[in-house]
Formats: sequence, C-alpha cells, structure tokens
Amino acid sequence: MTQTTEAPAPGTTLPDAGAAPAPRATTFAKALNAALADAMEADAAVLMFGEDVGPLGGVFRITDGLTARFGEERCFDTPLAESGIMGMAVGMAMNGMKPVVEMQFDAFAYPAFEQVVSHVAKMPNRTKGKVRLPIVIRIPYAGGIGGVEHHCDSSEAYYAHTPGLTVLAPATVRDAYFMLREAIASPDPVVFLEPKKLYWSKEEVDLAELRRTYDDGEAPRRIGRAVVARPGTDATLISYGPSVPTALAAAAAAAEEGRSIEVIDLRSIVPFDDETVCASVRRTGRAVVVAEAPGFASVASEIVARVQERCFHSLAAPVLRVTGFDIPYPSPKLEHFYLPSVDRILDAVDSLQWED
Amino acid sequence: MSTATNEGRGRRMGGAAGGTPSTAAHALLPSPEPVQLVDPEGHPHPDDRYPLPDGDRLLGAYGRLIAGRRINDQANALVRQGRLAVYPSSHGQEACQVAAAVVLGDEDWLFPTYRDTVAVITRGVDPLEVLTLLRGDWHAGYDPHEHRVATQATPLATQLLHAVGVAHAAKLRGESTVVLAMCGDGATSEGDFHEALNFAAVFHVPVVFFVQNNEFAISVPLKNQTVAPSLAHKAIGYGMPGERVDGNDLAALLAVLGAAVDRARDGGGPSLVEAHTYRMQAHTNADDATRYRSADDVERWVLKDPILRMRTYLKTLDLLTEESEQAFAADADATAAVIRKGLNTEVEVNPTELFEYVYTEKTSQLREQAALLREELARDADAAAAGTDGSMEGDQR
Ligand SMILES: Cc1ncc(C[n+]2csc(CCOP(=O)(O)OP(=O)(O)O)c2C)c(N)n1
Ligand SMILES: [Mg+2]
Repeated sequence: MTQTTEAPAPGTTLPDAGAAPAPRATTFAKALNAALADAMEADAAVLMFGEDVGPLGGVFRITDGLTARFGEERCFDTPLAESGIMGMAVGMAMNGMKPVVEMQFDAFAYPAFEQVVSHVAKMPNRTKGKVRLPIVIRIPYAGGIGGVEHHCDSSEAYYAHTPGLTVLAPATVRDAYFMLREAIASPDPVVFLEPKKLYWSKEEVDLAELRRTYDDGEAPRRIGRAVVARPGTDATLISYGPSVPTALAAAAAAAEEGRSIEVIDLRSIVPFDDETVCASVRRTGRAVVVAEAPGFASVASEIVARVQERCFHSLAAPVLRVTGFDIPYPSPKLEHFYLPSVDRILDAVDSLQWED
Repeated sequence: MSTATNEGRGRRMGGAAGGTPSTAAHALLPSPEPVQLVDPEGHPHPDDRYPLPDGDRLLGAYGRLIAGRRINDQANALVRQGRLAVYPSSHGQEACQVAAAVVLGDEDWLFPTYRDTVAVITRGVDPLEVLTLLRGDWHAGYDPHEHRVATQATPLATQLLHAVGVAHAAKLRGESTVVLAMCGDGATSEGDFHEALNFAAVFHVPVVFFVQNNEFAISVPLKNQTVAPSLAHKAIGYGMPGERVDGNDLAALLAVLGAAVDRARDGGGPSLVEAHTYRMQAHTNADDATRYRSADDVERWVLKDPILRMRTYLKTLDLLTEESEQAFAADADATAAVIRKGLNTEVEVNPTELFEYVYTEKTSQLREQAALLREELARDADAAAAGTDGSMEGDQR
C-alpha cells in the first residue's frame, strides 16, 4: 500500500515576518515543487504526469498546486499503470514535449522497467541521435522512513547499469532545486532519485533567488559534477543521496576524535565525476564509500573499482564500503540494523591502516 | 481466428456453446445494473438469476460483517496510538471482505491485497499474524499454506497472475481448488491485470477475479481509470463472463460470488465479478481525502452501509434476535481485544533473522554480514552494560 505522507507540521510554515522575500526554512520537497513550477513556467513543453500527481499533488506533495496553476493538460493523473506512463512519455518526447513523470515509489517503478531499459535508454543511440528523449523520471527512493515493504528500495544500480540514462540523486535543498531544473533541461533521459527521508529536511534558501540564479545561467552545472560537502585531510567519504547526511555526521564525530574527514557528495551517479572524487582521494590517501543500497554489484562497488584503478599509488589502505546488507530491505522495526550508521562508517575509517 | 476456434472456445466456456460469435459474446456481458438482492432500506429485491441465500447462511455472514467492522475500527485506533505503521481500512467494504472469504472452501485459495485484512482474518488467519506486516516486524506474518491465503499484495495486480498459476497447477494436479483473486478498481489499469485475465481464459483455469470498485485509487476517481461501461465489461474482451454486484449487499455478494466459484469448480473457467462499493475512509491514515473529494460524496454512501441494510432485513424476517446480536457483538469485541492486547505487547524483533531466509542456504557473503551484525550487537550490549552509549543508532560514540 502506499503511505501517503503529509509534510510534518512543526516549523514547516514559519510566520511570514514581512513582505520582502528572504531566505527562509525551505524543505527539500518544496524546492522540488518550486523547480517543477519554474520549469513549467519557463517552457510550455514541460508536462508533469503520473499517479496522484494532479489534484492531490502527489503522495509526497511534490506536485502540489501544479494542476491548479498550469491546468489539467500540463499536470495530470494517468490511469494506474507505470509501463503506460513511461511508454506514453517516450511518445510525447518524440513529439516535442518534455515529460516529467513520477513513479510513486521506487519499487512501483518496476512495471515500467521494460520501457526504461529497452526504449528510454536506447532510443537515442538506436536512431543515431535523431530521436532525443528529454524525459525526467522522478522517483521517491530509498528508506529510513519506516515504510513497509516495496516502499524503500534503493534501485539506483539498475538504472546506473543501463547505458543511456543519466542518474541523479540530490542530497541538499539547493541541489534538489538546481538539479531538477537541469534534469528537465537535459536533452537526455534522466532518472531523478529523490531520497524520501530528506523530503522534510530544511535549509535557509530564497526560492525566488534560486530561480533567478538558474534562469540567468549563473547556477554552476551539477550533472556530472560531484561536490566537496565537507573539506578534510585524513580520509575521504564518498556518498550520494540519502547517505550524505550520515556521512557528514560521521565526519563531524570523527573530528571530535581528532580526525579530519572529507565528504564528497556525488550528486550525479551517471555521469560520474572521476575528477573530483580522485582529486580528493589522492589528497587524503584513504577512502570509504557510503551508500544505502545492498553492496553487492552496486554503485558503491563501481566507485571503489574506479578509485582503485585511478588512485592506487596514492592509497594507504584499500578503499572500503559501508552499504546496506545484501538482503531485501527490512521491515520498519528492523531497518535501523540495515542502514549505514555513523558507527559503521567510523569503524570503517578506523580500519584504514593508520599504523602503517 | 477460425470459426472452429471460436466454437471450441464456446464449448469450453459452457453456456454459449454453438451460438454465433455475437450471441456467445452477449452471454458474457454483465447485468446492466449491479445485482442487488437486498436494497439499502433492507427490503428484498428479488432477481430470478440469483436466489437469496438462506437465512442461516446470511445470519452467519452477518456475524462476520459485525466483526469485520470492529476489526477496521480497532486497527484504525491502533494506528492513532502508533501501534501500527499504517492501515488501509476496508470500512464500508466489509460485505465484500466477508463474502470473498466465506464463499471459499478449505481446498480453495484466496489472493488478497493490502486492503483485504478483514477478508484474510475472516478466512481464519490469526489476526496478529496478519497485522505483522503493518506493525512492521516482518513483511508477511502468516504461512500462506496454512489457510491457503497468499501474502497480501502491495505491488498492484501482480498477485492476479500468481492466482492464475495456483489454479493452473491445481488443474494439472487434478485438484478441485478454486482461486479467488482480489484487486481494486485502480489495479485494473495495470498490465498484469490484463495478462492475468487472458492467461486464465486461455488456460481455462478456475479463477474468480474479484474487483472491489471503491471508486478511488488513492485520489484518482474511476473516471480517470477507464471509460468502459463498467469494469465487469472488461471480461468479455478475454472471453470470460463478467458480472456486476452491489458491493454493499452481503446477500447479493454471497449469491454472485458463490455462483462464480461453483462455475469455476464445475469446469466453467474463470470469470470476473465487479463489486460496486465505496472507500469510506482515506486511502490510509496518512492520506488526506479532503484534498480530492467532498464530505457530501462520502455522506451519500453512509445510507448504503452494508451492515445497516442487512440488519434491517434480518430483523424483518425475525432471523436476527436480541441474543444473536449480543453474541455477535461479544464475538467482535473478543476479536478486537485479541488484536488490541497483541499489538500493545512489545514483540522482540530478531535482527539476525534478516539473513535467514534470503536463500535456502546462506551464501558465504551473508554469513559474513550476519557475523558482522552479531559482533556489533554484542559490542553494543557490552557498552550498554558498562553504562556508556554504544547503541548502533547513536550518532556519537
Ligand atoms: C505497481 C504499483 N503502483 C503503484 C502503487 C501505489 N499504490 C498503492 S495503492 C494505490 C491505489 C490502488 O487503488 P485500487 O486498485 O483502486 O485499490 P484501493 O486502494 O482503492 O483498494 C496505489 C497507486 C502500488 N502499490 N503498486
Ligand atoms: Mg479503489
């Protein structure tokens, strides 16, 4: 079943102090909502459709108000069929539209897999670029919210393993806004992974300012660009999406123990930013990859392989992974045993051969 | 398609044998109006195709209806108290829930969805085992083989194909099993729904597809799912009969579903039954239904409540006495008490179970990971004993 979720009330709507828009506590969810609205405002070809994205505004309210503002032709509910949603998006993109589709939850995107893998990902290559598919597939993803089965999958590896797809996973409110705008503007299909547990995280931002920055072309490119989320000198934690806050918390705890840990937020899984990641690892000489998905044959595995290949001579220790176990995502009462924790990350850092 | 094939299919379908394709097709069509045997005021509404079930059968099912409503109320209360993570209520749909369970025999199978907790409990599965999923201890709390009830399906319509498979295997094994597979109106838009109907018809297997049309798929009303005359009409495209029934009329549900089960058991093949009902509450506790429908819409359905009309009907016929009402209420209370007590008791979850059932035999990787977790837990326990904060979740060491 789907757990539809209202944003938790406390602190969400701050009393409006005055008229002038100023930085205010803005949620990740609200930033995504604003990015969609701004993209639709900027380009009439941008459409939003999926399940419950119309009058309800999506089960996470990411499309809240879009139907009211842009009309039923621009933001609408489809019949309940993910393969249908995805296949129709392909046709619409072939005929001049820029569809943004919502898969209600990670595991409910699977009926669309055929369309994604065989068509969305391959069409541009099959046609030698004559058909471009500017589609954004938004997927509320991963766990940490106490969701029951099928609501918490980390499915990034399936997409990252499929050539032709751009795969993004923002971790901050600003990135949520800028990366969704960039994804919608991209001529290539983008799988846009929205960490559910971050929907209600907040930053002080002025959404109007973000819009101006993006529209004026002043926002630095984020697709294919990782960022140093916290500088450090002793070791590098490489992370993305839902695991970034955990990695940052681990770095903060390590600092108390006298260790300076750098945290890289990948943001973009595909294309992968070898440069930023490797520059950091070469500097620190030690690295741990942190990701929530099961570790076997995962994005984390790919990162380790790339770092090992490129930074071997700078490494003082093997590159380690802290990931979910190789098991189906656990039920709510057991998920905390599964998720990468600060302690597990610190344990991994401790074992990076500091004595040698 | 050759005429021979059509005739062959017609014979297998029974009923329409030897007719021209159009009369054969006609025989598959649902009633123009949903079958109703007792109207919302509790008056009998005779139908020459479907006799009213006898008094004892109705009375027994009515008792289950009272219990079903009580289970929904109790589960909703437990969500409010934080004892259940979530509960998709079938309030208002209890007649469908009860009928789906009681028309089946012990040798039959039920394939329920997340919304069909009451049907599963009515079939005899331990309520606490059923609610394990929604409490969050594990994904499925009961053994599907014990009562021949599949796990409650969340990925929409996927279970319908499993139902076809169980029926197909039963046929190959010479068993007389009938499979009743449930889904909602929204789920009929999924590809798997259509594949399941087609497979069932082509393999001529004993499945009753039971669609509870409660008019909504979360926020999306039926008119956004289909423009077909009814969901039951979809059956004809696959060569099986469709029927429509008043989903708040327990008597009609027992008669129509009972006939579909009998037909399947007698080798008549699959059929589809659409029950017209209404989701009286939000999709789940986490949903805000005021965003997409008015209180007036809901109010109209209060008068069509399944309990109300059956009570009136049974009382008019002097079938429902003061004593039996009290007995039913006491029974429902007892079930609710079991649920309440069970869910108010903290159960110990066992994290090492996480690795136990992924494969029949643990891989060496899983053995390694299980050992790692055990080590962590032991360390935490030691730290706790020493009075330091060593909890795994603790963000500080
Ligand atoms: C494949 C899939 N897509 C989406 C969902 C999310 N979801 C859960 S319930 C639901 C609505 C289903 O409506 P319906 O089939 O009418 O059943 P009801 O909830 O009304 O009983 C949706 C969209 C899902 N569970 N599975
Ligand atoms: Mg429904």
